[in-house]
Amino acid sequence: MVERMVTIRNRAGMHARPAALLVKTASAFTAQVFIENGSERVNGKSIMGVITLGATYNTPLKLIADGPDEVQALDALEKLFESRFEEE
Amino acid sequence: MAKDTREKFLVLDLLQLDLKENDALELTCIAGRPGLIREIAVTEINRPGLELGGFYENFAWQRIQIFGRGENAFLHKLAGEKRTGDLEKLFTYAIPCCVFTHSLAPTPDFLAVSEKAACPLLQTSLSSSEFTMRILRVLSTIFAPKQTVHGTLVEVFGIGVLIQGASGVGKSESALSLIERGHRLIADDAVAIRRVSGNILLGTGAQVVSHHMEIRGLGIINITHLFGVGAIRDRKQIQLVVNLETWDQGKNYDRIGAEDTTVDILGVHVPLVTVPIKPGRNVPVIIETAARNERLKKMGFYSAKEFNRNVMNWLETESTREIFLNEK
Repeated sequence: MVERMVTIRNRAGMHARPAALLVKTASAFTAQVFIENGSERVNGKSIMGVITLGATYNTPLKLIADGPDEVQALDALEKLFESRFEEE
Repeated sequence: MAKDTREKFLVLDLLQLDLKENDALELTCIAGRPGLIREIAVTEINRPGLELGGFYENFAWQRIQIFGRGENAFLHKLAGEKRTGDLEKLFTYAIPCCVFTHSLAPTPDFLAVSEKAACPLLQTSLSSSEFTMRILRVLSTIFAPKQTVHGTLVEVFGIGVLIQGASGVGKSESALSLIERGHRLIADDAVAIRRVSGNILLGTGAQVVSHHMEIRGLGIINITHLFGVGAIRDRKQIQLVVNLETWDQGKNYDRIGAEDTTVDILGVHVPLVTVPIKPGRNVPVIIETAARNERLKKMGFYSAKEFNRNVMNWLETESTREIFLNEK
């Protein structure tokens, strides 16, 4: 299991489009992906779950992956956060 | 940091709670607004009669202080110069807030002192005992152990069924079928569970996405608009967990159902049914049947055990007859 901290850098926060992009990316891997906002933990492969986190601009999130391709999964997800979900 | 502020429950949060019908607290703030950021950290309440009389030993100042008709009458009777000092002593404690029931108005000096101490004064139209009952219920729910799980919560024949399973196994699609068959959706994907009154698991959805579902190929749909208000519910006790998984050739699935398997959620054992999925299996009907079966069990009637008892009875008579015939 690997963990990594990321921060939301796009101004609009985690709305439907970034959430869909994140879920799409996470679903490409066999590893289980979880995202934590404080004590709240949701499945990274579920759109409604990811939106439920209510992650706004500058919210720190913890990405957790568990499975054979966990490192690749986190790399891909981190890249999304760095590129601000291709927004702005 | 963000975590800490989120988990603290402030007086302001209490005022902003969206409570309905017999949970409504009917609170308004009448003084001490800057103090609304004070934290409520305990679930208990206190009637500060003794403290108003000047006795401060074991003063439970961390609690919400409730002023009913008695306390308020005492305040009015003793209003005057000397008393202001006593009141200031009361507010040297970091009281989270004071609540006046019956829409009672505190004395001007009480208002002034609390305003100076920045201690919020709230007013409710409810009676003291009714308010006490409601606030205890509300606070115990707020401070209840909680957990968010991945799954879909539906009410099927009155049983709260939590459908769980890996992503893409068909939880939402099964729930959609169930809704179409007249059952109700509570939450999809992320279910917030609180353990209240000891062993009751109350499931709700997140406010912002409540009663929406994500269906592969359709995107996000609004269940209330599509199926009507009869197809939704705000919260429901979780009474059965159905775990969907892709059919595993090597795994043994329960073929009889005479043994009870349970899953532990926040320390409560909830009946668990594991349903393997493969093309041609009608999952919604299986879930419906599991819910019916659960209702039967609650009434003390176990299909599988009952069936087995019949088989045993029959075997007994058959074998005895055989022995009898052989002997002849």
